[in-house]
Amino acid sequence: MSQAIEVHGLVKEYPGLTAVAHIDFTVAQGSVFAFLGPNGAGKTTTTEILEGLRRSTSGDVRVLGLDPWTQGYELHRKIGVIPQDFRFFEKITPREGIEYYGALFGTHPDPSDLLRRVALEDKADSRYDTLSGGQKQKMGLALSLTNDPEVCFLDEPTTGLDPHARRAIWEVIRTLRAEGRTVFLTTHYLEEAELLADRVAIINHGRIIAAGTPSEIIRTHGRPERLLIEAPAALADYLRANAGVSAEAHDSRVEVPLGSKGDALRVLNAVATSGIPWEGFTTANDTLEDVFVRLVGQMDNGTLKSEGAH
Amino acid sequence: MNGRRLAGDFKIVVRSYLRNPVALFFSLIFPIILIALFGAILGGNGSPSTALAVENLDHNSPASQAFLAALNNTTLVQITMVNYSTQDFGTALGNNGYTTGLVIPEGFQSNYTNRTPVNVLLYTNPEDASDAGIAESAVGGVVTAFNLHSACSTCSPVLGISLRNVGSQIYKEIDYLIPGLIGFTILTSPMFSMVDVAASYRKDGIFRELSLTPLTKAEWLTSRILWYVLLTFISAGIMIGAGVALFNAHVQVNAGLLPFLFAGPFLFVSLGMLAGTVAKTPESAALIGNIITFPMMFLSGTFFAVSLFPAWLQPIAHVLPLYYVIDGMNQVMLFSNTTRALTDLAIVMAIALVFFALAVRFFTWRDE
Repeated sequence: MSQAIEVHGLVKEYPGLTAVAHIDFTVAQGSVFAFLGPNGAGKTTTTEILEGLRRSTSGDVRVLGLDPWTQGYELHRKIGVIPQDFRFFEKITPREGIEYYGALFGTHPDPSDLLRRVALEDKADSRYDTLSGGQKQKMGLALSLTNDPEVCFLDEPTTGLDPHARRAIWEVIRTLRAEGRTVFLTTHYLEEAELLADRVAIINHGRIIAAGTPSEIIRTHGRPERLLIEAPAALADYLRANAGVSAEAHDSRVEVPLGSKGDALRVLNAVATSGIPWEGFTTANDTLEDVFVRLVGQMDNGTLKSEGAH
Repeated sequence: MNGRRLAGDFKIVVRSYLRNPVALFFSLIFPIILIALFGAILGGNGSPSTALAVENLDHNSPASQAFLAALNNTTLVQITMVNYSTQDFGTALGNNGYTTGLVIPEGFQSNYTNRTPVNVLLYTNPEDASDAGIAESAVGGVVTAFNLHSACSTCSPVLGISLRNVGSQIYKEIDYLIPGLIGFTILTSPMFSMVDVAASYRKDGIFRELSLTPLTKAEWLTSRILWYVLLTFISAGIMIGAGVALFNAHVQVNAGLLPFLFAGPFLFVSLGMLAGTVAKTPESAALIGNIITFPMMFLSGTFFAVSLFPAWLQPIAHVLPLYYVIDGMNQVMLFSNTTRALTDLAIVMAIALVFFALAVRFFTWRDE
């Protein structure tokens, strides 16, 4: 599969600050790529460099084979962008906005069709300044599609939206992917990335600290599956001594990491023979969010080194 | 320049504007208010006493001063001392909006004392009969009194009046006011709005949005210029109409006015954009806009003819671009001086092109 976006050794420095410190990643054509990171991690800077809105300090960046900074004029005809916090002319309606973009791009979009795709057809003739936050974001999404883009950049498209509006945007992203477009998504909703993205990269302090499919990242960086038993702390001591596992007590819960399936049976047998009263048990897996919080936390503590991600 | 993009952007500008009632009010009603207000203040319909411009060539001799004091005591005329020595007095009066004027000749005192006949020169405009009549009776009365005072029964009168005509046409203050106030709106309407647009569109990220489309900066600026040209045509029409209807202004309206109504907004939209580009925030943009706009607003002949300014202030007026817009319109609407109007137009267009080029060059939609 050919690559829609290729980034090699990208660096962006501001006086006294390295916003992006030598990152590499690629995004396959037709896939959804989620770029995750806490605020100030370098997400928006990277995204703006890919869109040709910012110049990189060094490194090689190609979007659809073009250099976004020097070939931006050509690139912009092939990409669609909704910036974080999309703003538009206050007195202009979504329908007029789409006609305007059609005139600028030299295309003839059907405003009703585009607005139906983003579930905004009922607000087609309402002025921008009367739209809600979610409706404005949908208008931005519709505008970004007027030129039938090959790559869509969505910078935190659902931030501040209610759950209903958020799901509507997710639906659009799924449709974009189904139509064969590449989607570059930044978000700090981990659940969004896990649901939508084929591949994910986590950036912090300008470095990529994990990359891959969501399950790869969880497998590589997450803790093993755990058995959680509701029981007094004495059970933890008993299990450590008798079952050869590293059990730990938290409040009224004992947590046992499971190396293999067999571990679970051995632990439960030990629980039964211990005679210590217990209420019930569950198993737990790390989510992408758990991994994210742990990785970012470790990096901020200085206990994690960045890795190259490909 | 791509026609469809330009037309699309122009449509957005027009819609945004027409849907903003405050902006619409200021561009259409404000010109009428300006004309009505300043027309009333400057007395388009004649003041209680007639303004008489006086040039004393007898170097303020006691006799000439006594003559003027007597003239002042009639309270029929309001005397303003002028110095047009280098120009034709009659033309100069017309150019400066006077309908009557008086010259006291050199040697007035010695002739009067020696009883050698001497005439004062009274300039009037026959088309403005009432001002002419008042001035003639006031000056005539003082001349008679001076003759009686010096007379011996056998002598012929010493003082007399030579009547001359003021330039070809009557110019009242309102006539100057119309080109001046058109110039005022040509300056203020794009300047205040463009500096704000430049700074706030950048802050709101609207330039960022547009930078992701094929719209060019020159197209963007051109569609704003076209809009302000259209607005200027409308407001100039309103102001001329209001001046004529309310104050019976005498201005010539012809095709020669159109290039100025185009070049003026072209210049100030570009300058406003340039000023807004230099500013980092909407607040500092407003400040920079005011610093550029206010001196020009008062010193370019908007409310008062530049020739009435003190000598030290005149060179300042001549470096302000608006001066050439207003002077050019004065030449077209009042004096029919085509050569000078063309010179003014060339200056305005040259400055406009430079500002346009600088605005397109320095205004950036995206950051480094």
